[in-house]
Amino acid sequence: MHAWGTASEIAEAVRRGATSAHAVAEAALARIAERDGVLNSFTAVTRDRALARARAIDAARARGEPLGALAGVPFAVKNLFDVAGLATLAGSKINREHAPAKGDATLITRLEAAGAVLVGALNMGEYAYDFTGENVHDGPSRNPHDTGRMTGGSSGGSGGAVAGGLVPISLGSDTNGSIRVPSSFCGLFGLKPTYGRLSRARTFPFVASLDHLGPLARSTRDLALAYDAMQGHDADDPVRARRPAEPTLPSLEHGIEGLRVAVAGGYFRRGAFPEALQAVDRIAKALGATRVVELPEAARARAAAYVITATEGAALHLDRLRARANDFDPAVRDRLIAGAIAPASLVVKAHKFRRWYRDEVAKLFDSVDAILAPATPCTAPKLGQQTLVLDGVELPLRPNVGIYTQPISFIGLPVVAVPVPLTPLPIGVQVIAAPWREDVALRIAHALEAGGVAVAPRPQQWEKA
Amino acid sequence: MESSDETLGQYIEAAAKALELPIEPEWLPAIKANLEVTLRLGKEVASFPLPDEAEPAFVFEA
Repeated sequence: MHAWGTASEIAEAVRRGATSAHAVAEAALARIAERDGVLNSFTAVTRDRALARARAIDAARARGEPLGALAGVPFAVKNLFDVAGLATLAGSKINREHAPAKGDATLITRLEAAGAVLVGALNMGEYAYDFTGENVHDGPSRNPHDTGRMTGGSSGGSGGAVAGGLVPISLGSDTNGSIRVPSSFCGLFGLKPTYGRLSRARTFPFVASLDHLGPLARSTRDLALAYDAMQGHDADDPVRARRPAEPTLPSLEHGIEGLRVAVAGGYFRRGAFPEALQAVDRIAKALGATRVVELPEAARARAAAYVITATEGAALHLDRLRARANDFDPAVRDRLIAGAIAPASLVVKAHKFRRWYRDEVAKLFDSVDAILAPATPCTAPKLGQQTLVLDGVELPLRPNVGIYTQPISFIGLPVVAVPVPLTPLPIGVQVIAAPWREDVALRIAHALEAGGVAVAPRPQQWEKA
Repeated sequence: MESSDETLGQYIEAAAKALELPIEPEWLPAIKANLEVTLRLGKEVASFPLPDEAEPAFVFEA
């Protein structure tokens, strides 16, 4: 099984006996050893655990037991997921002093129950307050398509590891765009499910009312496989919605017939580089989407998400800011301190606005099934780049990469980011669906993939490996 | 009359003291720049007219 095998191909080969889970795990570990010195995706490799798990799968097969949908599929997780035996870093220096986690995050347990094999923990922006994938403590995640460029963040290693062919599936978190931004910069499919859909148990939080978890992959089938394996009630997560699992694989190939797709106009057409709009237009054309809809007050929604993030994030870290301010990434520290002293009245206003905005956007879904919008305003910036020019105005890069993702996660809508393989660099488009309709976004993404419009490109450097 | 820049600097120092947040002088320009953005965006949100009865969505439900 070569580096670019998909999760579904790997699982099928393991089930048939065409290869063993152990051989697949060894190959993934060898690729990590070979490539990650450059990509810097991993902060920990769980070699012994992975090989033991793979041997157990092979033994189960030898006994004639049925194997799961992800049998032998290597995966890795952003280092804010608890992994038994590892300190949960969340990209920070401070958390390195935490005791090793006693157990795994629920989503890891669920993927492993389906046969997947955890191979390690992944680099990320400090405490997830980041869109770049850069980290002052661990060094930057590097984009496999151009290692002088950003992966995007904060799930930077989650993007680099999958785009670089190290693993077919990774898990990330998305508070304001942290799955969709690296998916865009690294040319991947990424799923940010509906708020409350997947359990957040035993993961390090950032902004409680905005945090989501989800998978990144190089194919829509792999996204659906991982997502379906992770669904379902979890008593350990008090916020998770009491909703039954709603598998998406059965409808993945149903095509787009009957689905009403529109393009987000106004705010979502302003401030983008030409390539971002070109990508949206290419996807819209492939879907026959000609209708344009306006998400009302999208700029204000982004502003409200920004305020809630700054202040809720600051509240989470208040004690650490008091005692350990010098151990933070200075850029993160200064944003958090500003958030800590921002007036609470503005935060309450932002929460009130959120309900109004949610209700208004919900009305749009009476007449459309999905809405297209750019995932990022630009392709991957160079590492270290501090500013970008939007609408002729030079702005700080860090907070502005997420201008198109924030108004969507603000109200918890499910999104599949689909990669458009422009040259020299890919860029993503958001396929946004109504709450709880991940199946619709995945169906559309799959149709685009089947039609060759949305493709996760292989980096030239490792294309044939 | 003090400039708004000075007023904001004084606010940061007073609020940090009240919250027992240690701030080193060289951090102030970046904290000020970040707070200016948060206040600007916060005011943009707060200027949106909503009735007194509008319910906040503290724990969001999709």
